[in-house]
Amino acid sequence: MADDPQTRFEQDLAIDPRVDSPAREGLTGTARGDVYEPRRDPEDITAAPDQRPMDEQPRWRQDFAIDTPEDNFIARRDFAKFLVLTSGAFVAGQAWIAAKSLVRDRRAPPGRQRIASLGMVPPGSAMMFTYPGDDPCLLIRMRDGKLVAYSQKCTHLSCAVVPKIDEGILRCPCHEGVFELATGRNIAGPPPRPLPVIELDVVGEDVFATGVTERTV
Amino acid sequence: MSAKPQRQLTRAQRTTIVYGVLCFVLILVILQLWLLTATMNAWLGDDDAVVWPALGASLACLVLNLGLLRYLLRR
Repeated sequence: MADDPQTRFEQDLAIDPRVDSPAREGLTGTARGDVYEPRRDPEDITAAPDQRPMDEQPRWRQDFAIDTPEDNFIARRDFAKFLVLTSGAFVAGQAWIAAKSLVRDRRAPPGRQRIASLGMVPPGSAMMFTYPGDDPCLLIRMRDGKLVAYSQKCTHLSCAVVPKIDEGILRCPCHEGVFELATGRNIAGPPPRPLPVIELDVVGEDVFATGVTERTV
Repeated sequence: MSAKPQRQLTRAQRTTIVYGVLCFVLILVILQLWLLTATMNAWLGDDDAVVWPALGASLACLVLNLGLLRYLLRR
């Protein structure tokens, strides 16, 4: 393996017994002076795919002699640069979430708002309301008279969910997401989180929304 | 103080190093992608506890990636 670069390097580093060797000038060790000089490795020399010398290659290849191995090397290094740029973009995304988190912490909680009277939602029915602001929500009265309210936006891609009270589910028609009616938990399909719960307070015949609880499970 | 002598590497050896570094960088970037989606899901579910540790972890990945890229560009 005479052409093996490692072997060649080790041979070059072999101790030179001649103390007065001219090649040792400027060195404090015993290795030859040209050991660390850059050299042209045979495999670094570009060869055409058919291995014939460049003079025998067609004119177009002489004019546009692409160094394919070097091209590969540079392309992969550039790809690494692109990946590091992507890595920076992910950090920017994380920083954006952290900044939004700070803003959300300082925001005042939504206030108390009257949304309906009990007469408007007989058992086994549902009605829409907006809370807080213009966010669409669903007030659902189960067959047993229990009231529940959820945000109407599916936690997958914000499509409007449809209550199926007889089946005990809320269904998202966009991607077949299914939520449990009694708890709002995601039980099938792509939604990653349960529906946000609207906190309710019933005073006499009036139903009030008092807050929103978002959950991960 | 003299500079540390550096071995001359062949192009094939340098390409192997690039591949190795590329693998590390790719794994770290995939980790960051997972971290971002997990953090976003937690944050949308009103769980702020993971936001700052996730930012720190992602930043650490970026610093590692920059270090690897610096090594690569010096080769």
